[in-house]
Amino acid sequence: MPSGGEARRLVAVLELTNISKHFGAIQAVNDVSFSLEPGQVVGLMGDNGAGKSTLVKMIAGNFRPSHGTLKLDGREIVMHRPVEARQHGIEIVHQDLALCNNLTAAANVFLGRELHRGVWPFRVLDYKTMYQRAGAIFKELKSETRPRDLVKQMSGGQRQAVAIGRTMLSEAKIVLMDEPTAAISVRQVAEVLNLIRHLRDRGIAVVLISHRMPDVFTVADRVIVMRRGRKVADKAIAASSPEEVTGLITGAIEQV
Amino acid sequence: MAVTLDQTIEHKQQNWLGGVLSGQTFWVLIAVVIACVFLSFATDSFATAKNLYNITRNVTFVAIIALGMTIVIITGGIDLSVGSVLCLCSMVVAVTMNAGYSIEVGIAASIAVALIVGGFNGVLIAYLGFPPFVVTLGMLSIARSLAMVASNNTVVFEFGPDHDKLLALGGGAWLFGIANPVLYMVVLALLTGFVLRWTRFGRYIFAIGGNEHAATLTGVPVRRIKVAVYMISALSAGVAGIIQTGWLGAVTTNLGAGMELQVIAAAVIGGANLAGGVGTAFGALIGAALIEIIRNSLGLLGINAFWQGAFIGGAIILAVLFDRIRNFRQSE
Repeated sequence: MPSGGEARRLVAVLELTNISKHFGAIQAVNDVSFSLEPGQVVGLMGDNGAGKSTLVKMIAGNFRPSHGTLKLDGREIVMHRPVEARQHGIEIVHQDLALCNNLTAAANVFLGRELHRGVWPFRVLDYKTMYQRAGAIFKELKSETRPRDLVKQMSGGQRQAVAIGRTMLSEAKIVLMDEPTAAISVRQVAEVLNLIRHLRDRGIAVVLISHRMPDVFTVADRVIVMRRGRKVADKAIAASSPEEVTGLITGAIEQV
Repeated sequence: MAVTLDQTIEHKQQNWLGGVLSGQTFWVLIAVVIACVFLSFATDSFATAKNLYNITRNVTFVAIIALGMTIVIITGGIDLSVGSVLCLCSMVVAVTMNAGYSIEVGIAASIAVALIVGGFNGVLIAYLGFPPFVVTLGMLSIARSLAMVASNNTVVFEFGPDHDKLLALGGGAWLFGIANPVLYMVVLALLTGFVLRWTRFGRYIFAIGGNEHAATLTGVPVRRIKVAVYMISALSAGVAGIIQTGWLGAVTTNLGAGMELQVIAAAVIGGANLAGGVGTAFGALIGAALIEIIRNSLGLLGINAFWQGAFIGGAIILAVLFDRIRNFRQSE
């Protein structure tokens, strides 16, 4: 795994060029460009209403940009529904995790993508393989999560592992994480940050949308700051500081 | 000794027996068995072939609809229209055959009506966002009214050229002297159980009941499945209606009145959770069986029939009480 910037700079997995989105007269995102590289964690920060979630929803296929282009592996893509984003290898971990408490961990991981065996009309859910693969995913995430347990019995960290496990079913290129550490305990935050590192080590580009400065500075390689729909900063974590980012978010610092 | 990650992940928290013992359905089953044993000793007439034949046959109509109702309840919905739909479908098959059509045409018409009614409920609920309670309450009124219109509020007991076939279908006993309706019930229960446990459709039904928003986000076709679920519920009422027509040999427009409450009671006693996400096909049968045994035994024991409602209501509350106690224990 190359650790220096040089090797990674070669290919951008996702490239946004002059992306704008307006809802009627409201300009939610204004002329934003950036690129994501494999194996890089990017912190996306900004105050409420700065345009973070609109931006992410465009990448996830919920909205179509009003202007600008999205390029995946160098090819331009246009998405109409979230399912298409998933087919392109863009996965999202929702803020509320989107888990069904009454189902097992494995059932949640495979929700919407169940495995089958046999031929119709004897085509049945392949419980055994789904348990095995879910178990393998949790093992890879180094999470003590049992595939057969119901999600309602799980801790916050385990629930995160289940939600993140979903993104590892397919060969995801990009994982968007919406406030993964917003409502969990300190110990669980450490668990989640570890999960993010595991994704990064697999060569996945991770976008971490967060309000929590310490989390972004612990795990991210780069930080992008949004204010009033515009990108006001995009720099390496090492070259920035929490004070600077706070200034950028509030507007005390105009732009860097 | 240190426990490795592998061991933790592989560990099954509950063994098979633990899973069975913690289920509400199991305890209701035990109650049914105890009641049967007690009644066999306490009365001369309970354990007779004739009485058992009666009980099993009486259970079926509630049980078949309870299967459909359980599916609806698992998605977090409710279908109050089943009693009226049963009546409407009975009336459609009766009126069609009375007009001289064959049994095939009569049954096809009846099933078509059931699917249309269920589809109407489902579309309003899934696509237009109506609360299930309201839509099916409306349909409860509409379907019974349509049954009255179809028959001009008369009793239909002449079923045309295929009269005897219809009576045999519902009243016969083609296999080992088991009443036909019981056979249909068993087949439908196995089918429902299979679908719930082993198919993607079944998995999605549970997912919708657990977290509808999550199901939508993960790509589950929530709306289509909800429509299908209400169609299945109406279909189960229609099938029960056709069988009951054959069994009774006559249809009146008050057939199935108030039945929706019995059906919901059976589903809930059998472990279906009205909040959604929980329920089994086997539970629906056991719930229906417990209700019928209570009714039957009160008669045999010479207890005033007015007490029936109190005992059935008590059973509903008691069954759910077990579930609550288990939840309290878990949360501690």
